[in-house]
Amino acid sequence: MDTSIKILIVDDFATMRRILKNILKQLGFKNLVEADDGTSAWDVLEGQKIDLIISDWNMPKMTGLDLLKKVRASDSLKKTPFLMVTAEAQKQNVIEAVQAGVSNYVVKPFTAEAISDKLEKILK
Amino acid sequence: MDVRLVNPFINATINVLETMAFMTVTAGKPYLKTDNTAVGDVSGVLGLTGVANGTISVTFEEKCILAVVSSMFGETMEELNNEIADAVGELTNMISGQARRELEEIGKVFRAAIPSVITGRNHSIIHYTEGPKIAIPFNTADGNFTIEVCFER
Repeated sequence: MDTSIKILIVDDFATMRRILKNILKQLGFKNLVEADDGTSAWDVLEGQKIDLIISDWNMPKMTGLDLLKKVRASDSLKKTPFLMVTAEAQKQNVIEAVQAGVSNYVVKPFTAEAISDKLEKILK
Repeated sequence: MDVRLVNPFINATINVLETMAFMTVTAGKPYLKTDNTAVGDVSGVLGLTGVANGTISVTFEEKCILAVVSSMFGETMEELNNEIADAVGELTNMISGQARRELEEIGKVFRAAIPSVITGRNHSIIHYTEGPKIAIPFNTADGNFTIEVCFER
């Protein structure tokens, strides 16, 4: 995996952003940016080049699914890998995310190995 | 209240704590709770809608949640603060998500709201659903916590 890429972590809970940052740092990723909802994430995406988005689903203002749809509708961002990390894992959620173009999906609670496996699949 | 709605929350609680905080958790005997006083110092509360309306809460004793979050972060947490409150919210969220997946398997689909967190000794938890409050105590090596599940009759 190319660990020099810039990753945007989007979650309304600082706890989850911190856990994900710890895991990503352990995997060698150092270029990490955070946002606490989809709207803030979009502001980040408009201002700098992001190579991978890791996003929660259920957030205020703009959900992860709405962020994903907005990213996929953008000419400049539509190919950006998008990993959904969420507690929302009912069948309909997964179907909606796949239809919207999610690159992969991790269900909370998760292990560090689960994040690593999904990143390897996305970034290979 | 359909008792099949309760077990998924017990299973989810054990799984979330074991996966995210690497802690061994033992469930005690469920009981009917008759008052609103929380059995602990910080609670996450979350509303559910779907085949029935309800609320769940997760209440930790201070010692227990400090140990849980210390383990989740890999660093020692020493006091109840905003970081702890945020973690309780996310734990409540994950327990809800995991339980709803199990409930979906028996044909009961629920949607969840974003959790709220209440702190303070002897705080109250008001479940906005008319129905029995089932409390399930849990033990860890670092203290206790309790979940409450309340669905309309």
